Amino acid sequence: MNKITRIVILAVLGIGTYVLMSSVYTVSEVEQMIITQFGKPVGAPVTSAGLKVKVPFIQDVNPIDKRVLEWDGSPSDMPTKDKLYISVDIFARWRITDPLQYFLRLRDERSAQSRLDDILGSETRNAVAKHELIEIIRTTKDRVPLRDALLTDAEREQDIGSLVPIQKGRKLVEQEIFAAAAEKIRVFGIELLDIRFKRINYNESVRPKIYDRMISERRQIAERFLSEGNGEAARIRGNRVRDLNKIQSEAYWKVEEIRGLADAKATEIYSGAYNKSPEAVEFYEFTRTMQAYKSIIAENTTLILSTGSDLFKFLKGMTPDGDVDPHKRSGDSR
Amino acid sequence: MSSQNGNGGRGGPWGSGANSGPGFEDLFRQAQDRLKQILPSGGPRGLIVLAVLALAALGAWTSYYTVPSDSVAVVQRFGQYNKDVPPGLHFKLPFGIDAATIVPVKRQLKQEFGFTTPGAGDLYQGRRPRDEKTRETQMVTGDLNAALVEWVVQYRISDPVKFLFEVREPTETLRYVSESVMREVVGDRTVDEVITIGRQEIESEALTKMQALSTKYAMGISIDQVQLKNINPPEPVQESFNEVNQAQQEKEKLINEARRDYNKVIPLAEGEKDQRIREADGYRLKRINEAEGDAARFNALFAEYSKAPEVTRRRIYIETLQDVMPGIRSKIIVDEQTRSILPLLNLDSQKGDRP
Repeated sequence: MNKITRIVILAVLGIGTYVLMSSVYTVSEVEQMIITQFGKPVGAPVTSAGLKVKVPFIQDVNPIDKRVLEWDGSPSDMPTKDKLYISVDIFARWRITDPLQYFLRLRDERSAQSRLDDILGSETRNAVAKHELIEIIRTTKDRVPLRDALLTDAEREQDIGSLVPIQKGRKLVEQEIFAAAAEKIRVFGIELLDIRFKRINYNESVRPKIYDRMISERRQIAERFLSEGNGEAARIRGNRVRDLNKIQSEAYWKVEEIRGLADAKATEIYSGAYNKSPEAVEFYEFTRTMQAYKSIIAENTTLILSTGSDLFKFLKGMTPDGDVDPHKRSGDSR
Repeated sequence: MSSQNGNGGRGGPWGSGANSGPGFEDLFRQAQDRLKQILPSGGPRGLIVLAVLALAALGAWTSYYTVPSDSVAVVQRFGQYNKDVPPGLHFKLPFGIDAATIVPVKRQLKQEFGFTTPGAGDLYQGRRPRDEKTRETQMVTGDLNAALVEWVVQYRISDPVKFLFEVREPTETLRYVSESVMREVVGDRTVDEVITIGRQEIESEALTKMQALSTKYAMGISIDQVQLKNINPPEPVQESFNEVNQAQQEKEKLINEARRDYNKVIPLAEGEKDQRIREADGYRLKRINEAEGDAARFNALFAEYSKAPEVTRRRIYIETLQDVMPGIRSKIIVDEQTRSILPLLNLDSQKGDRP
């Protein structure tokens, strides 16, 4: 083996390896291949994974993704039907269903993404402009919200803690965008799987106004709480005065009633005893008068008595002149 | 390297393969040096031996891999799905014929929205700019108010094959799904529900909806939990929300104070009422008993009086006067006929004389 032979063998080996390498290729589970010959697609796309063979040098492989792909729109500001500027961010999922078509029309994913940007962006604008903001925010038409137990009926009437009513809802708007866009995208060999609103927010310039509204709404609730508190307190204070008067007057009523009954009973007992006969009446008057003297006549009383009185009738003589009625005069000195 | 990187697709989510080593070149060079020492003669034969040895080393280097205990490896041969491999040390065909992608199926993974726990690394979390975090939280509620919502989604990779081959960016798609669903759920609720009373309901509804979507999208991901973290009104509005809370407290306070005043007075008044009634009752008993006593005394006396009225009457009269008289300081006894002195009497200067 001379030196030249050895070089030739090495060269043949090298070229052979190169030819072999350029005539086999692998296809992954996640992709499919379009075979192109001088840039022109030939044959059906290779969709099954594994080791494959092609014509070396003149055929090229162009991998195209088989998976579900995502499209993430950048947030963009747009007006709603009620002239509110909102920032909308949507995402979509899509899949390449006709790789040949896709390859011919778009060639690579970058241009596919930019077509999706155009189509979905404009369909979103259309749909948003046709609907009021609340239609994009809410989903379930007849959902009844939970209410704060602390809210009063009056607040409920003022629509605090209630949802804004809708006609369609988010799902239907999404479907409208989807239906309009899917049709336009199909020509690129792309199937749009679905589209969803990712973020919807008030535009930077609208936000202060929204915040002001929220603040005023909260303030009104706060004021209501305060005035409810004061009102309820006043009610309780009123109750206090009412109940107090009621209790006291009831007490008075009861007391007077009892006293009256007591006096009546006592009177009944007295009259039962004293009114038995005329003698009893007369005797009562006499004894009661006697009793009264004891308390009426005090130390500083000046008593002027005549000798005609029953007590002193014997001062002038042993025999009293006739039957003289006891005659007394008494009085306070002052 | 896993096969995806070799053929133009974007890297798989867990794209780092098990094998390729950065130390490979060093090792190769070392081997070369050592071989040069062993075979000092050099020449083309030596070169061939060197090349064969290098190939063997490369083959050995790329033909084993280890799978951690919380993961499985998905092996692809020439890009085609071959098998799932359990944890442990495993061998495969070298030179990129087999590629193993390790997927942590048993690990509980989470995505945080609106905040990041340092170290709790989700692949996509670290990348997000700060501004993005606030934008994630901003939501519009069903009564057209704004709220800031932070939440966490806990998930696992339930089907590694689907996870790798069905959807290109499963974790990123999960983020989109999660944000979209959370806004859908919050958009159906009032700001009060979102901030205070409806939290649990939101969590469970978001979980159900996210699960439904992840099944529909066939991402190979199963969502275990959705947890709401901080939910706040936007910064400028927070104060007025606090005002409402304060007003609520103030209301309770005012009512309690009024109740306090009420309670201070009314039970006392009730007691006093009972007191007065009882006192009146006492008066009644006293009055009746006294009357009974008086009547009894009178009856007894009258019974005796009836037997000798004249004498008794006199006796009582005289006895009474005898009782009364001594206590009186001035007593004037006048004759019946001498009434004329009466006007001259100076009543004040009179001094009582005692019998």
